[in-house]
Amino acid sequence: MINFKIFKYANPAKFLNLCDKIFIYLLVSMIAFLFFGLYQGFFNSPEDYQQGNLVRIMYVHVPSAWMALMIYSSIAVASCIYLINKHLLANIFCKSASLIGASFTLIALVTGSIWGKPTWGTWWVWDARITSMLILFFLYLGHMTIFNFSENTTKSGQAAALLAILGFINIPIIKFSVDWWNTLHQPASVIKLSGPSIHSSMLIPLLITALGFFLYFLVVLIIRMRSEITNEKINNLSFTE
Amino acid sequence: MTPKKKRFYLLFSAFTFLCFIVGTILIVLQDNILFFYTPSEIFQKNLKKNEKVRLGGLVEENSIVRNDIKISFTITDLKKEIEVNYEGILPDLFREGQGVIVKGYLRNDIFQATEVLAKHDENYMPPEIKKKLEN
Repeated sequence: MINFKIFKYANPAKFLNLCDKIFIYLLVSMIAFLFFGLYQGFFNSPEDYQQGNLVRIMYVHVPSAWMALMIYSSIAVASCIYLINKHLLANIFCKSASLIGASFTLIALVTGSIWGKPTWGTWWVWDARITSMLILFFLYLGHMTIFNFSENTTKSGQAAALLAILGFINIPIIKFSVDWWNTLHQPASVIKLSGPSIHSSMLIPLLITALGFFLYFLVVLIIRMRSEITNEKINNLSFTE
Repeated sequence: MTPKKKRFYLLFSAFTFLCFIVGTILIVLQDNILFFYTPSEIFQKNLKKNEKVRLGGLVEENSIVRNDIKISFTITDLKKEIEVNYEGILPDLFREGQGVIVKGYLRNDIFQATEVLAKHDENYMPPEIKKKLEN
């Protein structure tokens, strides 16, 4: 029912071929963006009028949180493709991306905590934003655990995909938690209808770092998917013998 | 109906059903998810004696009175205001005009705080720009 041109890469061989071609470009641009973005953010961007130098935590915290949501959403989409179209590569994507997403969620939670102590006056509160982000972390952990239940990725992948799709409801809750309820966490500064409320001298390093984080995700994803595909091949060999 | 379509509708209806349930739960629990009440809300709450709540709002300009480590200030939501007493360490961002959240209880219409948290708003800018905006 859904048929896009991209599905020609559902063939693992074609996919690996494409990855081999673009990998080096991704790696180089990742290093460039990460280095430039973080350097600008940490050393070359202005202090905030209220927070001073503490604002620099933002250059790690915000891109990590974005990646955590973006990766979960992409896992949910891939899970739909796996359950409906039965493309094995979609399942391998879900299995490979989960750990990366969980790491970004943990980074966002930890840096947020470190940021919260001096500015808000507390390491942790149970407000809607922080709690829903913690739930996202547990969803990632659950998703990874289901894959570890069985050696047979095709079977465990179906259960994991169901969890990923049902858990997707948490994503809009995280995004809009700061608008729907009173929270300690402030509302969105960048992704909102009225445009960013963050000065361009801080916004540009932030966006560059975010792009660097995204490229990092792609690089690690390709490495993990490549080894996962090899793994599958080995498993299939031993099954047929 | 092909098996593919069947799987799609099954997933779609399961997700819609879950959205409906979660939405209902969140609406029912709305009052518990709120992290704090504003001054106008807190007077309508009929709080029990010494019931612990969180109160959030802006620190009114020129309302901070320091007396050794005791501090008192007024929290306002620009409609109603409440006087707050507190003893302890204040976060960096605590200042007049700033959004704060205090935890404690109401006694004789004065809020006795045991914890003060500062809220940050969604605006980030260098100090020079802030000065320019103010002039």
